[in-house]
Amino acid sequence: MNVIKIIFKNSIRMITLLIAVAIASFILVTSSPIDPVQSYVREGVAVSAEQREEIANYWGLYNSPIERFENWGKNILNGDMGTSLIYRKPVSEVIGEKFQSSIILMSISWIISGILGFVLGVIMGVFESSKIDKFIRNICFIISSTPSFWIGMMFLIIFSVKLGWFPIGFSVPIGVSSDNITFSQKLYHAILPAITLSFSSFSNIALHTRAKITEIMKSNYILFAKARGESLFNIIKRHVLRNALIPAVTLQFASISEIFGGSILAEQVFSYPGLGQTAVDAGLRGDIPLLLGIALISSIFVFLGNIIANILYAVLDPKIREGAKYSE
Amino acid sequence: MKNIPEIEIENLSITFKIYEKGLIQKNIKTISNLCLKAYKGEILAVVGSSGSGKSLLAHAIMGILPKNATVTGSIKYKGSELTEKRIHNLRGKEICIIPQSVSYLDPLMKVGSQVMIKNNKSCFEKMRNAFKRYDLCENAEKLYPFQYSGGMARRALISTVEQTEPSVIIADEPTPGLDKQMAYKTMKYFRDFADKGKAVIIITHDIDIAVQYADKVSVFYGGTTLETTKAENFIKGEKYLCHPYTKALYNALPQNGFKPVEGFQPSPYDVFEGCIYYDRCDIRCEKCKENIPIYNFPDGSGFVRCINGY
Repeated sequence: MNVIKIIFKNSIRMITLLIAVAIASFILVTSSPIDPVQSYVREGVAVSAEQREEIANYWGLYNSPIERFENWGKNILNGDMGTSLIYRKPVSEVIGEKFQSSIILMSISWIISGILGFVLGVIMGVFESSKIDKFIRNICFIISSTPSFWIGMMFLIIFSVKLGWFPIGFSVPIGVSSDNITFSQKLYHAILPAITLSFSSFSNIALHTRAKITEIMKSNYILFAKARGESLFNIIKRHVLRNALIPAVTLQFASISEIFGGSILAEQVFSYPGLGQTAVDAGLRGDIPLLLGIALISSIFVFLGNIIANILYAVLDPKIREGAKYSE
Repeated sequence: MKNIPEIEIENLSITFKIYEKGLIQKNIKTISNLCLKAYKGEILAVVGSSGSGKSLLAHAIMGILPKNATVTGSIKYKGSELTEKRIHNLRGKEICIIPQSVSYLDPLMKVGSQVMIKNNKSCFEKMRNAFKRYDLCENAEKLYPFQYSGGMARRALISTVEQTEPSVIIADEPTPGLDKQMAYKTMKYFRDFADKGKAVIIITHDIDIAVQYADKVSVFYGGTTLETTKAENFIKGEKYLCHPYTKALYNALPQNGFKPVEGFQPSPYDVFEGCIYYDRCDIRCEKCKENIPIYNFPDGSGFVRCINGY
């Protein structure tokens, strides 16, 4: 079947992509001026030159880069991503932990931006060049040209500082032991950063959907539906949504990469300890194993979003789904 | 005049507002002073070259012209004015259009379910009966439009008419792309509609097929009607036709000598006074530059728009 073929093709693509990402990020890291031993021992700790030498030898820092890459790659394949220098914990554990709080944030904003973007896009497209279309379109243009960190700061000032509706930061309440934190508390802390994050992508989805809907509204089959006396509501329900859904779903899954990128800024503004902030920390403080680990995991994550978009396209579009079947 | 026509169009003009080179607004008159009558139980074939405004006429009747179009003149249905509100209630029920190609079908909807106007049992049965009548197998209900051939799509589009009991059917180019046998068969379907007492308007290029089934032929040129005449006159010969363009059209048919006439149909961008066929007419005179009167035929079967009359 077609769908299986697409999954297979994309899996191969994913493997080659991961190899490429691994090589590229490894080269970047090794040629950067970061001294891993220095990051490991940190400043202010009295470590003699001999001890440093010993650590370097133990890590194999004097081996050729290819040997080091081989060593790292083998460990990765065995599921060992090394130990984070900041957290002094295995990288996989750190990523897992941070990913959990990030995923709450990202999925809320992904859902908000998807639904909001689609609904606004449909309204704009159906009532093209009416007042409501112009109004929403202008708002979309303004929002999409506003940096999300600025929106985040405005939200903080208005909703957290002035109105006090939301916490001013972090993913969990301060001064509560981690065993006592409920899911609703986590959710409560994620709302403001999630809305900020969805602001960076919903306008994009809305404008794309609008373009698609106006194209559909001008099509011959909508003209014929009108001529057959179908009401506007019926036309939207029967034809417009059906035809707009495939591109919308594809766009929605492709937007995962945008949300992922945007989450770094949003997490920074709200001091939200997610994957994005950890990536920034790892970069600034020279935590090479963690940085490489995050690079790999995030590329898998983004790629999965795109793969799902591709597969859904094949499942939803009858031209691809039934293309192989023979007709009369 | 025998009875009241189902559709009566008088002095219809359609003007499009378009923007040229930036913000310069221009009005383009694509249809001007068009007259047409469609009677119960008759097929009226609307013939004319591409760009003569045939499809626009159909869209004007159905009230589905684009927003930048302005319509003047009158369209009457059963003797009373067909207002925008009235056509909204009538279209798809009493007045139906059969579009020309597969692009008028929703690409993501199974053909059977989009032929059904409502999702209920009676619509389903009507659809199934219509499919049977037009030689579409049951399997064809479950196919998507992209799996249809051109001929199948056309038959599916014709079957949409049988969802309701329309009194007027407008078919936009139902025959091109079909082989002769299929084309005759399609025309036969329309003949049946007319014989059941419906008024049928067929917009077509295939004059020689159309005149064999139609009762009357209306000749379009440059957005107006030059002549409406009995279809049999097209078979009987040139001397039964009145307008020089109708005669030229007759003589251009392969079986009648295949004779072309020099020149082009005027573009709607050109503004015309007097006869629209003036440039290409053999018998033009100074008077043709003035207003051209309409001469109705004494038997009420049609009219000609030419100063030479009939």
